[in-house]
Amino acid sequence: MKIFIDPPNSLILFDLVERFGHEPLSVMATIQERVDNLEIDMPPMNVSLDDVKKGLDYAGIEVPSGIRGRLAVWGPLIDEAEAAIIMEDAPYSFGCVGCHRTNLLVEYLVRKRGIPTLEIDYPHDEEEARNMVIKVKEFLEGLQ
Amino acid sequence: MIKIAQLSCGTEYSGVQYEIEKAARAVGAKMVHPDVETSEIDRSIRDFGFNPVSAQLKLMIARAIHLAEGRYDADAVFIATCFRCAEGALVRNELRRYIQQHTDLPVVTYSFTERMKANQLLTRMEALVTIVSRKELLARERQIGITAGIDSGSTTTKSVVMVDNKIVGKSWGPSGEVLESAESTLNDALEQAGLKLSDLEAIGTTGYGRYTIGKKMNAKLVQEELTTNSKGAVWLAERQRGEATILDIGGMDNKAITVRDGIPDNFTMGGICAGASGRFLEIVSRRLKVEVTELGALADEGDWRAINMNSYCSVFGIQDLVTSLAEGHTRADVAAAACHSVAEQIYEQQLQEIDVRDPVIQVGGTSLISGMVNAVGEILGKAPIVPPDSQFIGAVGGALLSSGFLEG
Repeated sequence: MKIFIDPPNSLILFDLVERFGHEPLSVMATIQERVDNLEIDMPPMNVSLDDVKKGLDYAGIEVPSGIRGRLAVWGPLIDEAEAAIIMEDAPYSFGCVGCHRTNLLVEYLVRKRGIPTLEIDYPHDEEEARNMVIKVKEFLEGLQ
Repeated sequence: MIKIAQLSCGTEYSGVQYEIEKAARAVGAKMVHPDVETSEIDRSIRDFGFNPVSAQLKLMIARAIHLAEGRYDADAVFIATCFRCAEGALVRNELRRYIQQHTDLPVVTYSFTERMKANQLLTRMEALVTIVSRKELLARERQIGITAGIDSGSTTTKSVVMVDNKIVGKSWGPSGEVLESAESTLNDALEQAGLKLSDLEAIGTTGYGRYTIGKKMNAKLVQEELTTNSKGAVWLAERQRGEATILDIGGMDNKAITVRDGIPDNFTMGGICAGASGRFLEIVSRRLKVEVTELGALADEGDWRAINMNSYCSVFGIQDLVTSLAEGHTRADVAAAACHSVAEQIYEQQLQEIDVRDPVIQVGGTSLISGMVNAVGEILGKAPIVPPDSQFIGAVGGALLSSGFLEG
């Protein structure tokens, strides 16, 4: 199944999803695709004015352009997802999209979709980390 | 190559990063991004004392601290965050203050939307580069020889001829065809001075038409208006030393510039809304059937509080004014409300982006409208200085700075 992960650029969550036999929908691939697209010349992310306009599908015009541009990248991934894992209170080094408002909206959009979603807290010690991995494993194995 | 350190959030996701870099390249500079170790970010946040939730804003703070600690080398600073982001606006403003307190780097702030294009940034970038690369020229306090300055503004074109640190000829007229307006006003100024074009040893051009005029007249100096207007303002106000704030409310855009010894170190430019410009006052004048030059005196007789203005907009705000006239309010009250509206919008939208330093020197065409100067004074709680010939700042700055090329 296609699993949306939040933070969308978390390498650990990406690896766990892949390890347990599902397809992680991460921004790494999406951004790579954009960066490799020779028809767009809007470095570094190749997020163009048209993308920011597409972000209006997810947030209104009064929302800052940086949020709409980010949503243009990960909004379609949320739409595509069949299940999701959200990690709450993860430090930025674990993965982040840079903007807290975007984080809030991404989480809300995932919940609004009503797809199977695992919400877990960021682990702070080895035992919590082990429990987190077990929860992720059980969640992913339980998905059909 | 001048290195402009970029402290920003959201530019790469708003489709504007390319525009920022394009503007920098156009003026011979490049944008650089101070390297920061991840482990340094938390320490920087603790030192700074402001802990934003968004990670990219945390990175902005860490980058600013690296610059202030001299751990990264740059010549100027560009701070930008998304328009309408409150958290970003708080960090942007506090970082601007921090950079000014802890470094000598010139800094400019910008709040962008996805519509921002490189040409909107060109004047700002050019000013940053000038401050860095032409320090000696900017330090010039006296005009020497016979020089002229031409300021090709959006509404009017101004020309000044100076000889040995004195204005000997000046002229202004509406900006029509760029070259024609420049030649016409320059010829008038030369005639007043009793000089010929061939007597001029140097010409400096500024304003929207500066490149076209500069090329045609073989100008020694072709300079954006932030720099020339600052120099012209402090020269005219005899405030070349110490600190000051220059408030230039023009026909189409406004500038608020802080200077130290006549050299800008922070500035903002407005230009998105006609309701905050001289254009608004022109429209009101037409409605009130008075010349714009008479609007100030009329406003001085009125009370802006008597008018209910619900909008700063040049369409809806004007509608409020017209309604007030229909309700029987006096033209004087309406004129006062118009001046107050422009002044208040500039205060709310532009002066918040800089730290106003005394004295405030008000210049530009609208400084001739006394009601506008009084409105600014009332809002700031202190009367601005309006130097003589305050509408000629750009032209004076051009004549003054271009004379710097006459000395080896």
